[in-house]
Amino acid sequence: MAEITFKIFRYKPGVIDSPRYDTFKVDVEDYMTVLDVLEKLRLDDPTLTYRHSCHHGSCGTCGMLVNGKEVLACVTNVMELGTPVVTVEPLKNAPLISDLVVDMVPFFEKYGPVEMPLIRESEYLPEGKPSEEVGTYTRLESCLECGLCLSACPMVATDPDYMGPAALAAAARVVQEPRGQDAPAILKMVDNEQGCWRCHSAMECSEVCPNDVDPGGMIMYLRQKLISRKLKGHY
Amino acid sequence: MGKPHVVIIGGGATGAALAHDLTLRGVRVTVVERGEVTSGTTGRHHGLLHSGARYAVKDQESAKECIQENMILRKIAPDTFELNNGLFVAITEEDMAYHSAFIDGLETCGIPYKEITPKEALQREPNLNPAVKAVVEVPDGTMDAMRLPLRFFATAQSNGAIIKTYTEAMELLMSGKTITGVRVRDHVTEKDYDIGADIVINASGAWSDKIAAMAGVHVPLQPSPGVLVAVYGRWNNMVLNRMHRSGDGDIILPQRTLSVIGTSSWVVKDPDQLEMKKEHIQLMYKMGSVLVPGVKHAKMRAAWAAARPLIGSEGEASTGRELSRTFKCFDHADHGGVEGFVTIAGGKATTARGMAEVTTDIVMKKLRMNVPCRTRDVVLLPHTAYYRRRM
Repeated sequence: MAEITFKIFRYKPGVIDSPRYDTFKVDVEDYMTVLDVLEKLRLDDPTLTYRHSCHHGSCGTCGMLVNGKEVLACVTNVMELGTPVVTVEPLKNAPLISDLVVDMVPFFEKYGPVEMPLIRESEYLPEGKPSEEVGTYTRLESCLECGLCLSACPMVATDPDYMGPAALAAAARVVQEPRGQDAPAILKMVDNEQGCWRCHSAMECSEVCPNDVDPGGMIMYLRQKLISRKLKGHY
Repeated sequence: MGKPHVVIIGGGATGAALAHDLTLRGVRVTVVERGEVTSGTTGRHHGLLHSGARYAVKDQESAKECIQENMILRKIAPDTFELNNGLFVAITEEDMAYHSAFIDGLETCGIPYKEITPKEALQREPNLNPAVKAVVEVPDGTMDAMRLPLRFFATAQSNGAIIKTYTEAMELLMSGKTITGVRVRDHVTEKDYDIGADIVINASGAWSDKIAAMAGVHVPLQPSPGVLVAVYGRWNNMVLNRMHRSGDGDIILPQRTLSVIGTSSWVVKDPDQLEMKKEHIQLMYKMGSVLVPGVKHAKMRAAWAAARPLIGSEGEASTGRELSRTFKCFDHADHGGVEGFVTIAGGKATTARGMAEVTTDIVMKKLRMNVPCRTRDVVLLPHTAYYRRRM
């Protein structure tokens, strides 16, 4: 157990119009995450708002900046941060609603017509033989739609019309495995300055992705696909 | 005449399914939730689409509800589940002693099953404990705990339901012994205001008795938390369950690239005081590694606690394992003498749609409406539709 100081960003339209940081001193046990601390603080201050649901890095709702870095609060252990003061702020590049809550509607709008199928073939335990009834083992796609990559991307900040890493990674998944989607149309859609050519390869997106989706790598995959198609003269 | 207005307190799986059912039956719906949707118990469940097999011996009412809803959800929420089935495995002699009662229970509850050989089970799930003695396959599945309720919310919203997050019920408005609405506090604007309602439904799960108390009535509800542990690595593709009576750490579910080991069980008075029991983390590792020895040294991604909303009176349960997982709808006209107020409590994420159907049937009667339920057939919008810009 150690006493850690939390500096938490507060903003509420019409109530706290100029954002401020509230300071709390919290006794933190070694197992506690940043989300555990927020839950503890909310018992005393029910006005503290933040998004959360699954508490194990699966739903992607508790994305925020902890000490300036995009993380899921529920899988960020406080003691492992190693700082006596922990700063907690909302994600960037998204409209603020209240305190640590941002509006996810623009994030989902960026997908446009890209409808990534959500269930894919499981690549784990390839030696496992499913029963006839199951046919093929499946699993959910890896992207949690948490928005960390959009917050971290330096290009999203400069161009609101840029599709951004999450939607481009989803587009790349459709191109890789169309599963009923129109892959050539998706490829055509990303072939412009608001699509995969806007990226400046900062790779911040892949750095912060909590589930190894590697959006930066997926954007490079789209570019390679487009270049090789052009070289072959079709598309 | 305008549509009647129903206010639902609680934005979990039950509130979501209720909002969907009520809007389909022509009711105006407002949901109030003090935090983000699914931030109470719903989002934290282990992600199991129950076949009912877990309850086939001791809790057959719940088992039957689970298998029925399991089959309906496959139809109305395609692409939400990893439908890899589940295995119940006997590893010890004690497990073997449970085998015949288990098979009898599956038969009684109408849960489809297939006995397979240990050799076949190990071919399918190479990380399973090789000491496995008997194996039964059942139609368990896995899901993302938030996305299924989001689909109910998304569909309800497109049919006109208003979902107010960060909006906490502070007080029930009453005229004599009739509930007329809810006083809520908006935690964004920090303002209190009143929402009028023809009927208020208490769908606050583990918090049900707290909300009921606002109307001076009581619901026999025992918040019963459990600890779950997510570890790195997808150790199995099917749901793996111990074939014995419900106990600690008797299930491992695959979820994306992780595995979730669950759960322990105790009872608390206040669902807001969910103290994590650290020793239960080690217990999950210990018991989980009986099913899949490899998880013993798997790196932990997270450990968390969630409060089950079980129906039972104080003193009736010491761990929560004694209590049924079934649900019950209380019309407080009959339970406490308060009109216009209904509580739906108990149940599971898998059975939320069925809970909503039973509750909405009661609400329809109270509103003197006669519109049949359609939620068994209406295919839900994708979860992403929840985030569509509201017009």
